[in-house]
Amino acid sequence: MRILNEKASKAKEKKASLGPDINLEEYSSEHTPHGIVDKLEMLSDADKERMILAGIDANEEGRSGTYVQKDTTAIFSQSKQEGLEVIPIKEALKKFDWVQDYYWKLVSVDTDKYTARAQLDLHDGYVIRALPGSTVIYPVQACLYLEKEGLSQNVHNIIIADEGSELHIITGCATAAHLRSGLHVGISEFFVKKNAKLSFTMIHHWAEEMMVRPRSVGIVEEGGLFLNNYICMRPVKSLQMYPTTYLAGKGAVARFYSLLVGSPNSEIDVGGRMYLQEEDTRAEIVSRAITNGGNIIARGDLIGEVPGIRGHLECRGLILNGGTIHAIPELQGKIDGVELSHEAAVGKIAQDEILYLMSRGLTEDEATSTIVRGFLSVDIPGLPPVLKAEIDRAVDLSQHDVM
Amino acid sequence: MLIIEDLKVRLGDKEILRHIDLEIKQGETHILFGPNGSGKTSLLMTIMGYPQYKVTAGKIYFKGQDITHMSINERAKLGIGMSYQRPPSIHGLKTRQMIEICSNNGADVNELAEQVNFLEFLDRDINVGFSGGEIKRSELLQLIAQDPDLLLFDEPESGVDLENIALIGNAINHLLERDIHSTTNKSKKQLLRERAKMGLIITHTGFILDYVSADRGQVLYDGVLACRRYPVEIFKQIKDVGYEECVRCAS
Ligand SMILES: Nc1ncnc2c1ncn2[C@@H]1O[C@H](COP(=O)(O)OP(=O)(O)O)[C@@H](O)[C@H]1O
Ligand SMILES: [Mg+2]
Repeated sequence: MRILNEKASKAKEKKASLGPDINLEEYSSEHTPHGIVDKLEMLSDADKERMILAGIDANEEGRSGTYVQKDTTAIFSQSKQEGLEVIPIKEALKKFDWVQDYYWKLVSVDTDKYTARAQLDLHDGYVIRALPGSTVIYPVQACLYLEKEGLSQNVHNIIIADEGSELHIITGCATAAHLRSGLHVGISEFFVKKNAKLSFTMIHHWAEEMMVRPRSVGIVEEGGLFLNNYICMRPVKSLQMYPTTYLAGKGAVARFYSLLVGSPNSEIDVGGRMYLQEEDTRAEIVSRAITNGGNIIARGDLIGEVPGIRGHLECRGLILNGGTIHAIPELQGKIDGVELSHEAAVGKIAQDEILYLMSRGLTEDEATSTIVRGFLSVDIPGLPPVLKAEIDRAVDLSQHDVM
Repeated sequence: MLIIEDLKVRLGDKEILRHIDLEIKQGETHILFGPNGSGKTSLLMTIMGYPQYKVTAGKIYFKGQDITHMSINERAKLGIGMSYQRPPSIHGLKTRQMIEICSNNGADVNELAEQVNFLEFLDRDINVGFSGGEIKRSELLQLIAQDPDLLLFDEPESGVDLENIALIGNAINHLLERDIHSTTNKSKKQLLRERAKMGLIITHTGFILDYVSADRGQVLYDGVLACRRYPVEIFKQIKDVGYEECVRCAS
């Protein structure tokens, strides 16, 4: 811990390599005590409503575990299934030695001032773990909720799918209806062990003046599968993240899907980077970006380090009503025998598609929204239907604003 | 009834159709022949109402209404439907959803798809990666679901494999209510009288003539309609002496 603190201290002022710099002093990190609840139902209706927008169900129906953090405090944490652990990270760090084997093992604490802050001023976060061989039938839900104006919420999450296990997580970040500005710093480390399967679906539902700096890295071992879905379709002031995944075992597979909507004044810079380090590994990065006046940078980077790997990057952008989309797909083949490809397209809605649908009886507006809806619906093989439904719901909710 | 009167159409800065007169009576199906680039697709797109095809003179009437300046979707609502030669693909829109749109959510999609051997494509994005023949079957399926009164077919058989050509030919014939012998409870005469569907079919290969009994054929040559006769006759002429000779004989 001491070494981590020292490293973090040195990085306190270190600017991130991407994204507008944030003056951390403008945001308070002060702890905001909230009462712990025994039952999620005890949350206020207003809070519940906001959480539902980010895919979090207070009735816990069809969920096998839940973690809820309000501002700086973990207010609810529970596993309803054997073989599944859901623990606030501060508690886990105190109680279990094994957490040290994962804490800051993938993300470097001195990456930038945001990682440093998450070490020096950690609020909480979750550890979600599926024990070896266990199949967590229903998704686990986790919510990081912001209520206090001007707060910097610093969290650290660790997600472990042990050997042969299957784990699905839906995590929502949401803000209270009245909240305008704040900062969210979120460290996430993903461990997908041998032959394990992990799906992680993150729905962000921020406020107009929010600054967001997630920092996440994952590792997938032999035969493992990691599905990472990211949906951010609501206004946000500045969001920058570039999650990295290491495919470190034979036959490991990772897919990263992102759906982004850039509202006026939003600055979004989201990418995915994957290192294909072992034979037969497969990587896929798919992003769909729509802007309505915001600025979006959609990055992707596939790095093939051994022969017999395959990766594909797909990046599509739609400029609906002003704004910019900058697609930056990168491929790095470092040896003979890698197969990497990408397709990128940025444009407006094709007029011939609108006319085609109009000739089938739709009005121009109906045709346009049908095309936008289609644009945002990507097939994600291996994702449980209930999570697919949550993504569809998030898209439907925002469709109105997009149009 | 569709009536086109002395129509002139411009695409970009090019006049692509001139002095087009055409009348398709209730229950009639016409075949449109013509060499590549003669304006066949343009004529169908103009009838459907594509705005890039600018009508600079003349009128189009359908069901007694002047539709010359009507929008595409109003024409669709009025009962005009088209099977395209090269429709666009739409990512993320499943063929199933497209069929639902066509039928205004009123059809059993699986049942319709079965008719044109298209079940396995329903959960694919519309036209994305479809082969030429698959596109034709998808277009036909959309028209079956839409069930318009005037059906415009742009080369519905080109690219279709032998296995499916009869299927498509017969389905078109059925859609145009021309397979009257297959029904038994009404007299042939009565069925003919009741026949409401109108068709305008562009064909290049002429294969479709083996399946669809059409009333009239026309040749579009260099933006002008010529030679109004029985389709099979025209097709034979074209095969024997070519378009140029065929049109000369008519004028
Ligand atoms: N988008 C376009 N811009 C300019 N000219 C076009 C365009 N599409 C078609 N044309 C021209 O219009 C003429 C008629 O084309 P078309 O109606 O497609 O003929 P057909 O279907 O008989 O082959 C041709 O000379 C063709 O090259
Ligand atoms: Mg044509």
